[in-house]
Amino acid sequence: MSRFSRSILALALAGATSVGFAFDHYKGIGRQATPAEVGAWDIDVRPDFKGLPKGSGTVDRGQEVFEEKCASCHGTFGESNEVFTPLIGGTTKDDIKTGNVKGLSSGDLPQRTTFTKVATISTIFDYIQRAMPWTAPKSMKPDDTYAVLAYMLNLAEIVPADFTLSDKNIAEVQKLMPNRNGMTTDHGMWPGASAAKGGMGNGGKPDVKNTACMKNCKTEVRIGSVLPDYARDAHGNLFDQNRSFGPVRGIKTGGAAAAPTAAASPDSGPLDLANRSGCMACHGVNNKIVGPGYNEVQARYKDQPDAAARLALKVKNGGQGVWGSVPMPPNGEMKDADINTLVAWILSGAR
Amino acid sequence: MNQGEIVSMVDIVKQPGRLRRAPENFLSEAEIKAVGEGRRDFLRRSFLTAAGAAMTAPLLARASEGDANILQNPEWTTTLGQPVAVRPYGLPSKHESQLVRRESPGLTRVGAASVSFAPLQGMFGIITPSGLHFERHHQGWYDIDPARHRLMINGSEPAFVKKAKVYNMDELMRLPSVSRIHFIECGANTGLEWGNVAVPTVQYTHGMLSCSEFTGVPLNLLLDDCGVDYRKARFVLAEGADGSSMTRTIPMEMVESGEVLVAYGQNGEMLRPENGYPLRLVVPGVQGVSWVKWLRRIEVGDKPYATKDEAVHYIDLLPNGQHRQYTSVQECKSVITTPSGGQALLDRGFYNVSGLAWSGRGRIKQVDVSFDGGINWQAARIEGPVQNKALTRFNVGWVWDGKPAILQSRAIDDTAYVQPTYGQLRLVRGTKSIYHNNAIQSWKVDENGEVSNVQVL
Repeated sequence: MSRFSRSILALALAGATSVGFAFDHYKGIGRQATPAEVGAWDIDVRPDFKGLPKGSGTVDRGQEVFEEKCASCHGTFGESNEVFTPLIGGTTKDDIKTGNVKGLSSGDLPQRTTFTKVATISTIFDYIQRAMPWTAPKSMKPDDTYAVLAYMLNLAEIVPADFTLSDKNIAEVQKLMPNRNGMTTDHGMWPGASAAKGGMGNGGKPDVKNTACMKNCKTEVRIGSVLPDYARDAHGNLFDQNRSFGPVRGIKTGGAAAAPTAAASPDSGPLDLANRSGCMACHGVNNKIVGPGYNEVQARYKDQPDAAARLALKVKNGGQGVWGSVPMPPNGEMKDADINTLVAWILSGAR
Repeated sequence: MNQGEIVSMVDIVKQPGRLRRAPENFLSEAEIKAVGEGRRDFLRRSFLTAAGAAMTAPLLARASEGDANILQNPEWTTTLGQPVAVRPYGLPSKHESQLVRRESPGLTRVGAASVSFAPLQGMFGIITPSGLHFERHHQGWYDIDPARHRLMINGSEPAFVKKAKVYNMDELMRLPSVSRIHFIECGANTGLEWGNVAVPTVQYTHGMLSCSEFTGVPLNLLLDDCGVDYRKARFVLAEGADGSSMTRTIPMEMVESGEVLVAYGQNGEMLRPENGYPLRLVVPGVQGVSWVKWLRRIEVGDKPYATKDEAVHYIDLLPNGQHRQYTSVQECKSVITTPSGGQALLDRGFYNVSGLAWSGRGRIKQVDVSFDGGINWQAARIEGPVQNKALTRFNVGWVWDGKPAILQSRAIDDTAYVQPTYGQLRLVRGTKSIYHNNAIQSWKVDENGEVSNVQVL
C-alpha cells in the first residue's frame, strides 16, 4: 500500500478529525532535529543490535563497577532479593545449550531471575545504559556498560572469568543466552495480521471461549480459593478505607499497615525526604535492608559529639566497611541542607 | 405521659423550626463553643443524660418526636458559610478522607518502582478523579517544567522519516486536538490473584484501573507531519523523559487507526505529574505500561525493540515454560465495585449492585450479574452512552434476604468475546502468568452481611 493511500485509510478510521494529515502541513509547527540532538536521545539498542555503541569491557572491570554502583541494591553476585528481584540464578549449563530455561516449566524455580526470563542480551545492555544505576541513570559510559554486562554473564556462567565483551562479539554471546528460545508471540494480544500473514501475533484470536449462558448453567458452585485470615488483616483497617455512610461500611480489620499514601504531602517531613532521595531503598527506619536501619545508625553514633558532621560526609561521599562490605553509594546530587535534615532526624531517632 | 403532653408534642412537630428553651446549665460555656465549632457527638450524650434525669424539654428534640437532624437545624443551616476562593484549587470534603490511593503492603520494596491503587470501592460513574488515578512508576516521578519539555520524532533508519523533528509544548498545543474518554489498566491488574485469593478489597484486586477524558494530538498526525514511511516502519518506540526513560513498542496498526494520542489534557486540565505531565502517550485498549508518561521521543522502526518492560517484565509465563511476549491488548473484563470485598451490608433489603466493565477490543455490549455463584445470570442495566475502550458503568437492583450469596459479573464486548472464568483461564495459562488476568470476580456475602473475596472455578 502506498503512503498516500495509507493516509487516506488512517483519515477514514480516525473519523472525528476533519483535517487532512500531510508532510510539513502545519506551518510554523516543529523544526528539524539536529544530528546531535538525535544522537543525544536515540540510545536504544534493538535485539538485532541496531543502536549498539562501540566499546568493550572485561569481567574484572565489570566486578569493580558492579560493586561500586550496583551491589548495594542487587548484592555482590546479583543474587539479592532485598530491594529488587534477583538478576542471576536459576539457569544451568543445559539451558545454555537448549536456549530454554527448564526451571520455568518444571516448577523447580523458587523465583524467576532476570537471566531465567530474558531472551535478548540487547535488552540488558539497553536497560543498564538508559536507566542504571538506580539513582543516577544514564551516567555509565559504554565501556562500563559492557563491563558490567560481562560480569553478569560470568556470574550466570555464560562466559569465562577472563572474558571481554564488546560490540564485536555480543552477537555470539546472544547465541548462549539461557532463555533465548523462551518467547512466543503466538497469542491474540497484539493487533494486526497473524504471523503467517506478515504480522506478529495470531491475528487477534482469543485463547479462551466462555459462553453467555443465563439459566441453570451448572449444577454446583466450586469455590477454588477464599481469602486467608492473614490477608484479611494485611491491608490495614478496611473500615477506614470505606465511607462512613452509604450502602455499606468497611469491615474492621487488624493492623496499622497501608497508611494512605495521598495523606502525606511531598514536603511533610524527613521521612518523605528520605523516600524521595532514594534512601529508603537500602535503609529501613527500624530494620536493615541492604544498609543498616536508622535505629542501628542512631545507636552507634548517638553519643559521638561529631556524629552529625561525620554522617553528613558519609551520605554525601559514600562509604564502606562500617556496616559490612556493601558500599554506601555517594549522594553528591543531594543538597547539603537536605542531608543535614536527614542526619539530624536519624540521630534523633527517626520519628 | 398524659394526653395533654401528647397534643403539645404534635403541635411542636407541626411547627418546624420552633425550639423549646433549654434547661439552665444544660450546656457549659466550653460545650457551647464546641457546638459552634461543629462538634456534636457529646451533645447527644449530654442530652440523653439530661433527658433521662429531668424529662424536661431539651435543646434537641427527643427521638419520639422525630429526627433530631430535622427538628434541630444544624449549624450549616443556621450560620454563615465560607466565601468563594477559600480554596483556589478545590478539594474533596473532609469526610471523604478514606477514599485515597493506597499501596499494597509487601508488594514492592521501593516506592519509586511501585504501584498505588485507586479506591474503586467508593467511586461512581466512569471517570476517575485525577487525584485518585492509580500510579505506576518505574523510576520515580517528576513534576517536569513544560517550558523545557520536548518531543522528538525520528526513525531507526534516517530514511524512515522525511524529516526528524522536534516539537515543544507551545507547538503541540497549537495542533488540531481531539478529546476522548478511555480506560487505562495496568497489565498486572488482578495479577496478585492468578494463583489464589490474595488481597481483601476491590481496591487491591482491580485498582490499577482508571478512566479519563484525554485531550491531545493523534500520533499519526505528527508522524505524517514528519513524513513517515509507513510501508517500512511498522513499529513505534515510545520513550519517556523520566530516569528509566521508559520504552515500549507500539504497533503501527494502532497508530494508523488514529486512536493513539499524544495527550496533554486529562479531565479538563493538564495531566497530573504522576500521570505524565506535561505529555503522555494514550494507547486505547492497551495495557498501561505502553501509555508512556513524560513522553519525550517517538522512533519509528522496522522491528520491535524487546525493551526491559517487554522482555523481562510484562511477559506472561505459560505452563510450558514459554513466555508470551508483546502481549498488549487488555481483554474484556468487569468487576462489581458495590458491594465488594471487605465491606459489610447494612441490613437486609434493597441494594443497587454496581460495577465497571471494559474491553480493550472495543465497546461493552452486555454485562450479566449472578447472585448464586454463576448458576443463573441476569442482564444488568448499562449506563450509556457506551464508549469505545472506556469504562462502562452497570447497575442492577437486588434485595438481600439475609442468606449467603455469591455475586459475580460477566462482561461481553462487541466482538462477542465473553469474559472467562478462573477455570477457563488457568486451563490455558496456568497460575503464574502475573499479567492479563481478566477472570470473573466473585464476592461472597455471608449471613452477617460481610462481603469477602473468593474465587469460583
